[in-house]
Amino acid sequence: MLDALIQGILLGGYYAILAAGLSLMFGVVRFINLAHGDFAILGAYLVLFAVEVLGLSPWLAVAAVVPIMAALGWVLQATLFARTIKGGFLLPLLTTFGLGAVLQNGMFGLFGSDTKSLGNHIGNLSWASWQLPFGITVGQLPVITFAVAVTVLASLQLVLSFSKLGRAIRATSSDPEAAELCGIDARAVHRAAAAIAVALAGLAGAFLAMRALINPYAGPTQLIFAFEAVVIGGIGSLWGTLIGGIVLGVAQSFGATISAQGFQLAGHTVFLGVLGGRLYLAHSRSLGGWRAVLPMPSPPPKSATQLQQATSEGRS
Amino acid sequence: MNTYGVERWTRSGRLTVAAAAGALLILALLPTLASGLVIDKLTTLFVYILLAVMWNLLAGYAGLVSVGQQSFFGIGGYLALRLVEAGMTPYLALVVGAIGAGLVAIPISAFALRLKGGEFAIAMWVIAEVLRIVVMFDPLVQGETGTSLLALNALDPELRRNLTYWLGLAGLAIMLAITFWLLRSRIGAAAQAIRDDEEAAASIGIDVMRIKQIIFVLAAFGCALAGTVWLASAITFLPRTNFGVQWTVFMLFMVLVGGLKTFEGPIIGAVIFFLLQEIFGDLGVWYLAGLGVIAVGFALYLPDGLWGTWRQRTGIEALSGSVMLRYPASETKR
Repeated sequence: MLDALIQGILLGGYYAILAAGLSLMFGVVRFINLAHGDFAILGAYLVLFAVEVLGLSPWLAVAAVVPIMAALGWVLQATLFARTIKGGFLLPLLTTFGLGAVLQNGMFGLFGSDTKSLGNHIGNLSWASWQLPFGITVGQLPVITFAVAVTVLASLQLVLSFSKLGRAIRATSSDPEAAELCGIDARAVHRAAAAIAVALAGLAGAFLAMRALINPYAGPTQLIFAFEAVVIGGIGSLWGTLIGGIVLGVAQSFGATISAQGFQLAGHTVFLGVLGGRLYLAHSRSLGGWRAVLPMPSPPPKSATQLQQATSEGRS
Repeated sequence: MNTYGVERWTRSGRLTVAAAAGALLILALLPTLASGLVIDKLTTLFVYILLAVMWNLLAGYAGLVSVGQQSFFGIGGYLALRLVEAGMTPYLALVVGAIGAGLVAIPISAFALRLKGGEFAIAMWVIAEVLRIVVMFDPLVQGETGTSLLALNALDPELRRNLTYWLGLAGLAIMLAITFWLLRSRIGAAAQAIRDDEEAAASIGIDVMRIKQIIFVLAAFGCALAGTVWLASAITFLPRTNFGVQWTVFMLFMVLVGGLKTFEGPIIGAVIFFLLQEIFGDLGVWYLAGLGVIAVGFALYLPDGLWGTWRQRTGIEALSGSVMLRYPASETKR
C-alpha cells in the first residue's frame, strides 16, 4: 500500500510537468490545446531520434529538444493558434484536433508504428532504486522526474512573480485588453506562453519515454491525464497542477494494484468525482443556510494565475 | 390592426423536401438494382451522415461541444450485442440497443450538462473512456479482443446486407426528419438562444437544462443508432475501435467542412468525407494526416464551412431552419 502511495506521488511529478503547459495555455491564452499530448509524444520521438540516429547522450538530447519544442510552440502560436482564437471556443478545439491528427499520423509515417522507449538508452537508471528506511524502495527515475517537476514549477513561479515577462503574462491573463493599453504586446505574451507550454510538453514526453513504451497514437491518452490533473488541481493554478498530478497519480497507482484496467479507471473516476463534488458544493451553496459556509469550489477559468496574484500583491 | 404573418416554408424549402422524398424512394428501392458493394458503401455513408448531423445538432445548434460522442456509438453496439446474447432478434436488438444508449445518456446528461465549455468537452471524452473500460470488463466482450455479432451470420449475406442498408436508410431519414422538425419547433429556437447566450435565454423563461437534455439525449440516440448500424455492417465489436475518439474526430471534420450551424452542411461534409476516404483511403496514415491538414485549413480560412460560405455569398438556403416574418400579414400570399 505504502509502495503504491509513493509511486503515485512520484508519478504526479510527471503529470505536473505535462499539465503545467496545458494549464498555462488555458489560463493565459484561454486556449484548450487538444494536441498537447501529441506534442509530448513528438518531443519523445525527437529525443529518440537524437539518441538513436544522431548518437547524442539522452540528457543532451533532452536539452536540445526542449528549445526546439519551444520554437515550435512559438511558431504555431504566431501562425495557427492566434488566428483561431478569434473564432470563439469551438475553432481552437477543431484546429488542435486537426493538428493532433496531423502529428499522430505524421509520426506514424515517419517513425513507424513500433512502440519505442528511451529506457534502454539511459543505462541502469530505468530500474535503479534507492533504499530508504523502513524497507521502502523508490525508483531513481521517478524521483528525478519529481525533482525536475518541482524545479520546473518553481522556476515558472519565479519567472511569473519577478520577471518582466512574468508580469506581462499575469497582466495578459487577467485582462488582455487592459494589458495592451498599458503597452504590453498581448500577442507576444501569448507566443511566449505557447513556447513554454510546448517545451514543457516535450520535456514531459521525454520523461514518459524513459519510463514507458510510447507509440505515435499515445498522445490523446496523455492529454486526458494532463487535463484531469489540471482540473483536479484547479484550472490556472500553477502548484495546483502538482497537487492534481499527485492526486491523479495516487489514484492510478492504487487502481493498478486492483487490475490492469484499474489504472485508468481509478484516475477517470477521481476526475469525474472531483467535478461532481464541485458541482454539488456550488449547488449546496446556492441553497443558502448552513450550506453557505461550505468551502467555495474553485472559480471558473477566469484568471490564469491566481496563486501568482497572491505573491504579486505582496510586492505591490 | 396589423399582425406579423409567419412563413415557415420557402419555395426552395418545399422543392428540397420533395427532392429528398424522391431520393429516399429511389434509395429505398436501390437494393433491387445495385451491386452489393454499392449497398455496403452507401450504408457506410448513411452512418457518416447520421453522425455528422447529430454532432451538428449538439454543437452547432445547442452549443454543446462534446469530444465524447463515441460513448454512445460504442454503448449502442454493446447493448445490441448483449440483447442478442439474451435471445433478442438481431435487427430488433440493434434498434433497442440504440434506445438503451439514449436512456444511458439521461443520467450522463444530468451530470455533464452542468459543466461548461472545455470541462464539458473533456469530461465527455473521459466518460467515453470509462464506458469503454467498464464494457471491457464484461466477459462477453473479452477485453481487448472484442467479439462479433455472430447471430447475423446466420442470415443470408445478401439479405443481411439489404436489411442493414434499409435500417441505416430508415434510421437516417427518421433522424433527419426529427432533427428538422425539432429545430423549427420551440425547442430548436430555445436551443439556439441558449447557445448564443445562456443567461439571457434563462432570463426569458427558457428551461435551459431541460432543452439541453432533450437535444443531448436525441443526439446520443442518433449516434448510438449509427453505432448499431455500423456494428451490423462490420459484425465485429472491438472496444478500442467502437469507443474510439476517431469517431468524434470524423464528426468534427464533416461538420467543419460542410458548415456548422446549417442543416445541409453536415450532410455535404459527410459526402465529402466519404468521397475522400474512397479516393485517398489507401494512402493510410498520410490520408489521415491529410484530413488533419484539411481540417486546420478550414478552421483558418473557411470557418463557416462550404455550405455556410455558399449561403453567405448567395443567400440561398435549401432548407430554412428559421422562420420568416412578413409584415403586415395581409400582404403574404398565404
